[in-house]
Amino acid sequence: MTRFNAWNVIKNGFLKNPKWDRQWRDPEPKKEYDIIIVGAGLHGLATAFYLAKNHNIKNVAVVEKGWLGGGNAGRNTTIIRSNYMMPGNREFYEHSLKLWENLSHELNYNVMFSQRSHVNLFHSPGARDSNARRYNTMLLHGSDAEFWSLEKLKKNIPHLNYGPNSRFPIMGAAVQKRAGTARHDAVAWGYARATDKYGIDIIQNCEVLGFNRIDSNIKSLITSKGEIKCKKVGFAVAGNTSRLWKMTGLNSLPIESHKLQAFVSEPLKPLLDQVVVFGVGGAHFYISQSDKGGMVFGGDIDWYKSYAQKGNLPIVQDVSEAAMSVMPCLGRVRLLRHWSGIMDMSMDGSFFICKTPIDNLYLNAGWNYGGFKTSPASGWYFADLIANNRPDKIIENHDLKRFEKGINIDERGAGPDPKLHG
Amino acid sequence: MIRIKCPFCGERDHSEFTYGGDGSIKYPELDASIKEWVQAIFFRENICGMQVETWHHSSGCRMWLKVERDTLTHEIKSVEAAHDGLAKLLRRKQ
Amino acid sequence: MTAKRLNKGGQIDRSKKLNFYWDNKNFQGYQNDTLASALLANNQTIIGRSFKYHRPRGIMSAGVEESGALVTIGKGKYRDPNVRATSQELYEGITAYGQNAFPNVRYDLGFINSMFSSFLSAGFYYKTFMGIPPFEWGRGTKIWMFYEYFIRKAAGMGSASRKPDPDKYEHAHDFCDVLVVGSGPAGIESALEAAQNDLDVILVEQDFQLGGDLLNQEGFIEKELIEKLHQAGVKVMLRTTAFGLYDNSVAGLLERVEDNYEESFKETPRQRFWTIRSKQTILATGAIERHIAFGNNDVPGIMTANAAKSYLNRFAVLPGKNVIISTNNDSVYDTAIALLKSGADVQVIDSRSEIDKHISKIFLQNGGTFQLNSAPFKAKGARHINKVQLASLKDNTWSVQGKENCDLLLLSGGWSPVLHLLSHRKIKAEWNNENACFLPGKHDEPITVVGSAAGVWDNNNCIESGKAGGLKVSKLLGKKNQNFSFPVPGGWKKALKPIYEIKCKNQKTKSFIDFQHDVTTSDIRLAHQEGFISVEHLKRYTTLGMANDQGKIGNIIGIALMAELLNKKIQEVGTTTFRPPYTPISIGSLAGRNVGDHFRPLRKSPLHDWNLNQGAVMIEAGLWQRPWYFPKEKETISEAYVREAETTRKSVGICDVTSLGKIFIQGPDATELLNRIYTNPFAKLPIGKARYGIMLRDDGLVMDDGTSWRLSENDYFMTTSTTQAAKVMAWLEELLQIRWSDLKVHLTSVSEQWCGISVAGPKSRETISTCLENPEIIDNENLPFMGVVETKLITNIPCRIARISFSGEMAFEIYVPSEFGEPMMEIIWKKAKSLNGCLYGLEALGALRIEKGHVTGAELDGRVTIDDAGLGKMASTKKSYIGSAMRKRGVLNDNNREKLVGIFPKDKNTTFDAGAIICELENIKGYGIGRITSVTHSPELGHWIGLGFVSGGYEKWKNKTTIASDPIRNKNVEVEIVSPHMIDPEGGRMHG
Repeated sequence: MTRFNAWNVIKNGFLKNPKWDRQWRDPEPKKEYDIIIVGAGLHGLATAFYLAKNHNIKNVAVVEKGWLGGGNAGRNTTIIRSNYMMPGNREFYEHSLKLWENLSHELNYNVMFSQRSHVNLFHSPGARDSNARRYNTMLLHGSDAEFWSLEKLKKNIPHLNYGPNSRFPIMGAAVQKRAGTARHDAVAWGYARATDKYGIDIIQNCEVLGFNRIDSNIKSLITSKGEIKCKKVGFAVAGNTSRLWKMTGLNSLPIESHKLQAFVSEPLKPLLDQVVVFGVGGAHFYISQSDKGGMVFGGDIDWYKSYAQKGNLPIVQDVSEAAMSVMPCLGRVRLLRHWSGIMDMSMDGSFFICKTPIDNLYLNAGWNYGGFKTSPASGWYFADLIANNRPDKIIENHDLKRFEKGINIDERGAGPDPKLHG
Repeated sequence: MIRIKCPFCGERDHSEFTYGGDGSIKYPELDASIKEWVQAIFFRENICGMQVETWHHSSGCRMWLKVERDTLTHEIKSVEAAHDGLAKLLRRKQ
Repeated sequence: MTAKRLNKGGQIDRSKKLNFYWDNKNFQGYQNDTLASALLANNQTIIGRSFKYHRPRGIMSAGVEESGALVTIGKGKYRDPNVRATSQELYEGITAYGQNAFPNVRYDLGFINSMFSSFLSAGFYYKTFMGIPPFEWGRGTKIWMFYEYFIRKAAGMGSASRKPDPDKYEHAHDFCDVLVVGSGPAGIESALEAAQNDLDVILVEQDFQLGGDLLNQEGFIEKELIEKLHQAGVKVMLRTTAFGLYDNSVAGLLERVEDNYEESFKETPRQRFWTIRSKQTILATGAIERHIAFGNNDVPGIMTANAAKSYLNRFAVLPGKNVIISTNNDSVYDTAIALLKSGADVQVIDSRSEIDKHISKIFLQNGGTFQLNSAPFKAKGARHINKVQLASLKDNTWSVQGKENCDLLLLSGGWSPVLHLLSHRKIKAEWNNENACFLPGKHDEPITVVGSAAGVWDNNNCIESGKAGGLKVSKLLGKKNQNFSFPVPGGWKKALKPIYEIKCKNQKTKSFIDFQHDVTTSDIRLAHQEGFISVEHLKRYTTLGMANDQGKIGNIIGIALMAELLNKKIQEVGTTTFRPPYTPISIGSLAGRNVGDHFRPLRKSPLHDWNLNQGAVMIEAGLWQRPWYFPKEKETISEAYVREAETTRKSVGICDVTSLGKIFIQGPDATELLNRIYTNPFAKLPIGKARYGIMLRDDGLVMDDGTSWRLSENDYFMTTSTTQAAKVMAWLEELLQIRWSDLKVHLTSVSEQWCGISVAGPKSRETISTCLENPEIIDNENLPFMGVVETKLITNIPCRIARISFSGEMAFEIYVPSEFGEPMMEIIWKKAKSLNGCLYGLEALGALRIEKGHVTGAELDGRVTIDDAGLGKMASTKKSYIGSAMRKRGVLNDNNREKLVGIFPKDKNTTFDAGAIICELENIKGYGIGRITSVTHSPELGHWIGLGFVSGGYEKWKNKTTIASDPIRNKNVEVEIVSPHMIDPEGGRMHG
């Protein structure tokens, strides 16, 4: 396969018919695989990639009911950060950020991870101090964090609302400089191309219709492309986890499906370099500018459970109000498109990478509104779990039994209500 | 916008309401076991399709409602008071 | 180019001449011009530049699908980038500027990009810019970020203003039976029919004139139409775009109220965002004429045939003298004849092998010429079209023919019905082969599509379709039961011949599909070659359809080419989902009035003004404005709160506590309710007594704390924390209505109805008693600790007093009806002042409670158990309550959990901050052993103190030196862990 580099881009530029290969094959399923990953989103593809790369397991298929990267991979606001503080989360998200930092080179695919700083505004001494706890924890774990004073903030991001008519005057910001944004589609394609190169089959338009389960073992998957046998199965189908789960004959999960909207404006010349987060007075808003120039922003989930990939107006209004409050120059900027994706909202806002009541079934789910940034680590640890049949130490509490044990990894302290973790 | 026919106020925008959650949950007795409580509080059927759920008319009459709604299409099949006594009373009146 | 304004005809008002400025040069147009028609009339041809290659862009359409003529309107804080000149109404003094070009759109240095275009094909940036070229050496993100800096500068179209938007916006709401979108022949007929059947109809039109395609027809008189609609009772909304359809037949509309004026008015908003709730929606959204892909098909001077018709008939601008029209259907011949009549030379090149005899006859009679089996192969001209090289079709292959001179090339590659609003509802469109377009698919929504949006091309059929739509909704809404039938899609005299791209052997020039993003047919082929064959992949890889027009012009061509490459039917390739909004809408309009200090409600206590008059500095607490501190002249916050706390402990202090949540709980089962929600027993609380209580969540962690006062057998008054007030109220309602519907309890939120103050300190009793009608009522015997009385102030103001302390001092909370807040404060403050008392704010309140080890929101962060907070004694073992089972879950009772502690600095002169992590002396890393949650300067102890949580509690760490590590503020302070009850641990003062 032709490597991606400037040399080949220039070489092919001179050719009338550039010789770029297919970035991934479109194979028919084999009769049997060692491992089948359901879901060719970022997490599923990354899992397959690390199964091959870290564990040398290549007799693997990733089955996908639609097109790879067609779910939340392409429906997010592309923010990458590791400002988590609960045990397990802290190490996991940090590892993910580290993987991001070299991902383009690892995949030989420019995922355009740009460490443009994640700027979390605060508006009161109380908020400053609760941020201090989080960002101190990051620093004490060797991650990066800093506080920006109002003066520094004004210098770095001059057109936020520092004016007298601000309902919540900005006091300062907690900043992670290594955080930033990436090109979301490129990550899916990069993982797909690199995974395919290992000979792993990514089988698109292959919907799972059922499971052939004998006792505590899944023998095969019944799919729209026929029956496929397997030794182990991993689920990575955020948004649809409960549906697939029930197909195996299992019951309920600590997950609810909710939808999260995302927004993009018309393309503009550079207006904002950083990722800015605004959360006060019950509002939640985040914004950055894509390399193409669109302002990419979002806010809370729509507050009610939904499997519909279509948003409603109240959140559109809510998000726009926050946009205007934090960046009043956005008033004349026009919204180009808004869309929504379905999130697995878990009961404590934290994810699951764990074994299940079925011996050879493994679960990767519950990413809430934050699955994009975790894709590399999610794939890394899920591959490790499936390959070794035991969770790594840092994710040992990210299982389905934590609620009964009383383990709390609730970053927000919001309690057992999935909608409150959006 | 989802429009919810509040039995007390009439049809209103869903932005007047606060979503509660799964309305099919049977809450255990206060002295029930941890296992029962864990199941009730943390585990969900998470139905894709018609489900029973609770909504609170928080910017209206402050009544909690039981709503049958399709989680895929957002179509609402029925709305009644969550308070079973009131719901019974209203049903009889109809 | 020889475009010129005609002396007669059109909808423009020649009596109203308007000045406008294009790149600072003054031009004239008329009322009812668009910016585009006025520019065209003034022979301005290069209006924009494309995104990637900076190729010149002219006017390509006469509507919202415009992808070329994007300009910036206004300057300074009014600067409005990316405006479509084709739908911007002209007004006196409008200033427009070219964008994405340097020095200007006519001569743009960025054009250099197009010389490298063969290296900049679809997705090239995924393949490089990772490391040091040519082999992408290196690691990390630095090198990419270096390139990215320049890429970002080159990207984007217009430039947004950095200044706050000076305009105001409004939200508006309406209801109707039928919402009709689009005022073309079909929409009008639908609206009239429905209105005549006694239905309440709203008709919305995005244009500033009514009529849709009627405006492009000669002799149309808008006034008559408006009159007719008014008489029928149709509510007409002009300049209003239905930008999205949402659940339950709710539409989002944007009304442009002031976009056709230079200044903004005091009385009106710039734009109004409407939420319309209708019972039925009729989409008469029309169709958009397609382009055809061929070499250099993006040169200025190429537009759709219908655009030319519009410029000619509506705006009285003859867009060219020497016109070639390329078509694959019948629709262009009217335009051709109109152009001929206006004095242009017209040649039609029709890709079909035959055309209707009647059509050709009239066309030839008017002096036109035509060629069959022909299409454009390549446009010539660097800045404007001057020649077209033709291709002819033989045996299904195109071969290159000769060149023809022209100054205008019009295209009609077929028509695409506007189905965006259906797509918002997730209704899939279905490909119709005969008409080569997507038509509405089957659905259950209350939506009816009429006219050309339903693939009906003939004008009379459109009217018929509209009428059928009106009758259908009338029937559905029970108004009229008349049969109706919709005309079948189609209506061409001779079948349309689907063509998307004209391609011959050895083609070198680029054929564009997305004119703004510079997506070419070879990009589609490359995407196919690399495996991006699903429409979603195609779109994302090539950026086709992601520009401002969201694929209105190019999507179908791209999909058709992919179908051809895959050897599949277009239906199998599918279409991408169109997302709202239909056309871009300002974020300001969506925000409406809820901006600036109206972003969130501002809650003020009845004592707000009084507090301000006393010099209070305010702070936000859960949307409430609360006094933070009351500085005397030149006092800093620290000086002020230390003085306030000190004064309170010495004499008396008064604090406004109105923001606490207040709930009346009444009914025969009120006691039972409280007993179930609080961890501590409430069953035997005597009348006239209050009790501090803790509520847990279902999961056994602490939700909130507060007090409940028993006023009579079945009446309680509950206070909650400020921030949790709304949550607690909704929670109690949920419990009573859903879980415990057998309990007879009524709840009333009275947070706004009662004004409360806390009077604390050794002289608090003295202060209050002199203000009471009956001073003895608050004696220690009559009102012991946690006692409650109802009484009157000397000014006859009724009040409730409870002896509750949050400060560790003897203290009273006094509540009066809100309107008596100030009168109460006046008399009590007068007395307190005479005793050298003070007013204190939130900061001193914090100091007082931290000294006593009382927890608040800073400690109760949703992850804390009642034991963690040191309140385990308040968890009854004799009853069950919410959370009583779950708090027993394993890890929640671990001995090493972080428990509430007090914190002293080792060196009493040093300070530390909340948010610091407590670490062992020799092990400053990781999670440490705990954290600091609240810090204050204790006047009593004379040094800084804190509250926090430490693993195992203070017993485990007492007498050991630990570190409060605060690297984010570059601070490491040695601290010692002490009991959280840092003063008066026995509570003698409070009880005394």
